[in-house]
Amino acid sequence: MPSTPFNWFKYSSPATFYGLAGKLLPWFAIGSLGLFAAALYVGFFLAPTDFQQGESYRVIFIHVAAAWMSMFLYLLMAGYAALGLIFNTRLSAMMAQAIAPTGALFTFIALWTGALWGRPTWGTYWVWDARLTSELILLFLYVGFIALQASIEDPRRADRAGAVLAIVGAINVPIIYFSVQWWNTLHQGASVSLTRAPSMASIMLTGMLLMVFACWFYAIAVVLMRVRAIILERERSAAWVSDRLAGEQP
Amino acid sequence: MGSVLRWIIRRDLLLALRQRTDVLTTVVFFVIVVSLFPLGVGPEMEKLRPLAAGVLWVAALLASMLSLGRLFAADYADGTLEQMLIAPQPLSLLVLGKIIGHWLVSGLPLVVIAPILGIQYDLTGEPLWVLLVSLLIGTPILSAIGAVGAALTLGLRGGGVLIALLVLPLYVPVIIFGAGAVEASASGIGPEGHLSLLAAFLMLSLVVGPLASATALRISVE
Repeated sequence: MPSTPFNWFKYSSPATFYGLAGKLLPWFAIGSLGLFAAALYVGFFLAPTDFQQGESYRVIFIHVAAAWMSMFLYLLMAGYAALGLIFNTRLSAMMAQAIAPTGALFTFIALWTGALWGRPTWGTYWVWDARLTSELILLFLYVGFIALQASIEDPRRADRAGAVLAIVGAINVPIIYFSVQWWNTLHQGASVSLTRAPSMASIMLTGMLLMVFACWFYAIAVVLMRVRAIILERERSAAWVSDRLAGEQP
Repeated sequence: MGSVLRWIIRRDLLLALRQRTDVLTTVVFFVIVVSLFPLGVGPEMEKLRPLAAGVLWVAALLASMLSLGRLFAADYADGTLEQMLIAPQPLSLLVLGKIIGHWLVSGLPLVVIAPILGIQYDLTGEPLWVLLVSLLIGTPILSAIGAVGAALTLGLRGGGVLIALLVLPLYVPVIIFGAGAVEASASGIGPEGHLSLLAAFLMLSLVVGPLASATALRISVE
């Protein structure tokens, strides 16, 4: 008897995705806690003291993970926004809206931890080096996306306008990165490289990768939680919402 | 197709001519901002000369950006924009016409005034020429990218500041290469590389800008 293949597209409706997100959320949350614990253990106790930087290098574990997350989450946000614009699906736009604050947070953490790391190693909190400047511009792009969606009252118009902005920004991020890099090399600016990767012991690499996975699990958990809230807010007039909330009443 | 482009540019220029204050306020804002920097930084030429390119570029950027709110607002208010949306000509072509009109009104006067202000900052010879050329190539880019921001924020409260927030991060490569060209010329490296990249960015923005703005206009006007 031929079985019909599972229709994954049923999860593209906010009503069904709400349930799926609710089921997945605890796993990602617990997983992120475990991975954070493992990563912090490796970072603080297993990784040896750096002969050049002493203990202050340990911020690399959170700083690099946050920076990678900030960039990848922007691409993910732009991807979901593009999906929502092309296929006119509400849920894709809701996902983009849910990712934005987490992406902005990781960008801010990357900038802040970078500044805290810069003080003991470079002697200064900030330099206008290629990576720092383009990361700062990335923060402005996130804030612009959030601000634009917040200032438009009609949610569908907000979705589409934000999608256009996210896509134009995504085209511009590599341009910004390369232009700032060329600007910097032409001026012979920064003499210190941000990555100490070549001299990294494998235990440090393990710690960093664990932290990256921890951040991914955290980001997924938080985005799922946020998208559930967005779904409830935007679909509040639908029958399934009142049924579900009535069922969840204590 | 060329005739509708010419028509839109002529219409925008005619409307701007009837309200000359808009053009003049952009230029006066440019001059005022450039004049404020020596008051804040100090009048020593040794301090001002290295800043010249950057200050002039940032001021041109801000002046061009302030006039973006007017790009679509008047047409939106009196219904002309809706007529443009349902016109048989491609909307991106009509938007390109509006961008060129905006540049002629808000960008080109800045390019004309810039050499005088450059002399105030002790820019002479080749760097001054390079400043002129970089602004000539760069200000249309500002209009093209700015049109996307203006189209996205059409009719919203938040207004000019929101456009600024959206559009300034996108302006970053323009100012880097524009001001960098003048620095490269002053330091002897030669501005050709920067100016070529700026021209490439102009080509890209003249294609992407009208297309993105047209999409954004359809979203904003419904």
